Amino acid sequence: MSAKLSAEPGADVGAAAAADPGASAGIEPGWHRSGWHRSGWQTLLYKELLRFWKVSFQTILAPMLTALLYLLIFSHVLESRVSVFDGRVGYTAFLIPGLVMMSVLQNAFANSSSSMIQSKITGNLIFVLLPPLSPLDLFGAYVVGAMVRGLSVGLGVFLVTLWFAPIAPTHPFWALAFALLGSMILGVLGLLAGIWADKFDQLAAFQNFLIMPLTFLSGVFYSIHSLPPFWQALSHFNPFFYMIDGFRYGFFGLSDIEPGLSLAVIAVSCASLSGLTLWVLKRGYKLRH
Amino acid sequence: MSAAVEIVDVARRFGTVQALAGVDLAVEEGEFFGLLGPNGAGKTTLISILAGLTRADRGTARVLGHDVVTDYRRARRLLGVVPQELVFDPFFTVRETLRIQAGYFGLSNNDAWIDEILHHLDLASKADANMRALSGGMKRRVLVGQALVHKPPVIVLDEPTAGVDVELRQSLWGFIRKLNRDGHTIILTTHYLEEAEALCGRIAMLKAGKVVALDTTQNLLSSFAGLTVRLTVSTLPDAWRERVLRHEGATYLLSLTSYAELESLLSALRAQGVTIAELAMQEADLEQVFLRIMKRAA
Repeated sequence: MSAKLSAEPGADVGAAAAADPGASAGIEPGWHRSGWHRSGWQTLLYKELLRFWKVSFQTILAPMLTALLYLLIFSHVLESRVSVFDGRVGYTAFLIPGLVMMSVLQNAFANSSSSMIQSKITGNLIFVLLPPLSPLDLFGAYVVGAMVRGLSVGLGVFLVTLWFAPIAPTHPFWALAFALLGSMILGVLGLLAGIWADKFDQLAAFQNFLIMPLTFLSGVFYSIHSLPPFWQALSHFNPFFYMIDGFRYGFFGLSDIEPGLSLAVIAVSCASLSGLTLWVLKRGYKLRH
Repeated sequence: MSAAVEIVDVARRFGTVQALAGVDLAVEEGEFFGLLGPNGAGKTTLISILAGLTRADRGTARVLGHDVVTDYRRARRLLGVVPQELVFDPFFTVRETLRIQAGYFGLSNNDAWIDEILHHLDLASKADANMRALSGGMKRRVLVGQALVHKPPVIVLDEPTAGVDVELRQSLWGFIRKLNRDGHTIILTTHYLEEAEALCGRIAMLKAGKVVALDTTQNLLSSFAGLTVRLTVSTLPDAWRERVLRHEGATYLLSLTSYAELESLLSALRAQGVTIAELAMQEADLEQVFLRIMKRAA
């Protein structure tokens, strides 16, 4: 086989494939010499990044504008009326980390969910299913792609809102940890929703009836201490609350609950959801029939 | 030496439909193999199982000795599949599409091969065009390119020429023939039986999830050789209806075993006073063999 293939341009690929068809991770030796190579999952990640970058007006600038409008309206209306953390933090400053994290979460979810369902419905998911990509490869690429989009939008929102209230994180590693874990959870949740949904309508229901309410009721616009006891207690069942509260701790060193507890809650949530999603991918649920 | 493709007792049921009912098949390395059958015969299900897109209820499928389930990474690396559905990713150009597909197989510096694919598929002038801007035939050719981008030793083409015009179909087959001459194993499904007859050295015919014929193209043609009569008549005597391979309106395609039967047929028509509007004898071709086998398997 290799002798026959050697007449072809790019013969090193075919020859190597024939000589060692099972070379690990889909790479044939000849290609290593010609320069840096991208593995299968890295290519899928690159594709995911290129996909949202090509429509960055819609995927990055539009959510930044939305967050900015929230900030303008809510800070204008509530700055002088709402007191948070016993007046130690201005309302506009309080609002910014919440809006940044909300943007991170919503966009991470939007990226993986829309990419998966578009590929399923248009049928081009087959291009990802035919190559030797493992469930972990698929998981890693879709989730990291979602995290990059969420964090990019979040960073953009943060930079723009600096003009309204120049704040800086007092505990940047806490802020970073919550941003990374939060974006990962929503990236995983988006992937799971995209796999589960058969129609755009089902995905929209997931987004509008679950993600949006949980985000809005997570303390983006208020401290839960301003809520009646029943709603305060209920907020503790909302995983998004821990993400927003912990991220805000990274900026002000103040939070509604202990940040270590919040980090533990979202770390456990992230691990559980990731395990479930990897199992779903391994089973081929709604992907391989 | 392992067969290029080995399928052993593969079965798959979808609800109440038995798509595959225990298929055994082996395709040797370097073959140009045809997989034929009417719609719903199970061809695409079989290809999907081979490609890892569908899981078999029972049985095993191997590509060059590698099981498509337990050793899927190696099996998929050795296989290139042109899917039947005309699908594309609207975000990318033709070149990006091919580069990304190569990247999924871990290949990132194969622009020379991508350029050759673009040339052979007559897509070089469209390399930087967005997929959305291409015609159906062009999109189909990009699908072929995507299947070849990692130079798989085994290539499966599921209806690759549907919607492709005659000229480009010829150039596509020229390219596929070249790949076959260079050692690649080709498995083809097509509804253009003249293409299968011209290209395939061996053919399997599927019906209702079973292999109903498997032989070299030459043997199939000779074993089912016989006369075929194309007849346009106002009515056909009942006794001859079971010999009909196909009919459209008043035109019937009948299979005869000998010239003596032709005389019997003409006598029967005369006896009933039927006027013959058209009568033509035809050589046996793959289409007639296919029709006879399908009729026999019914």
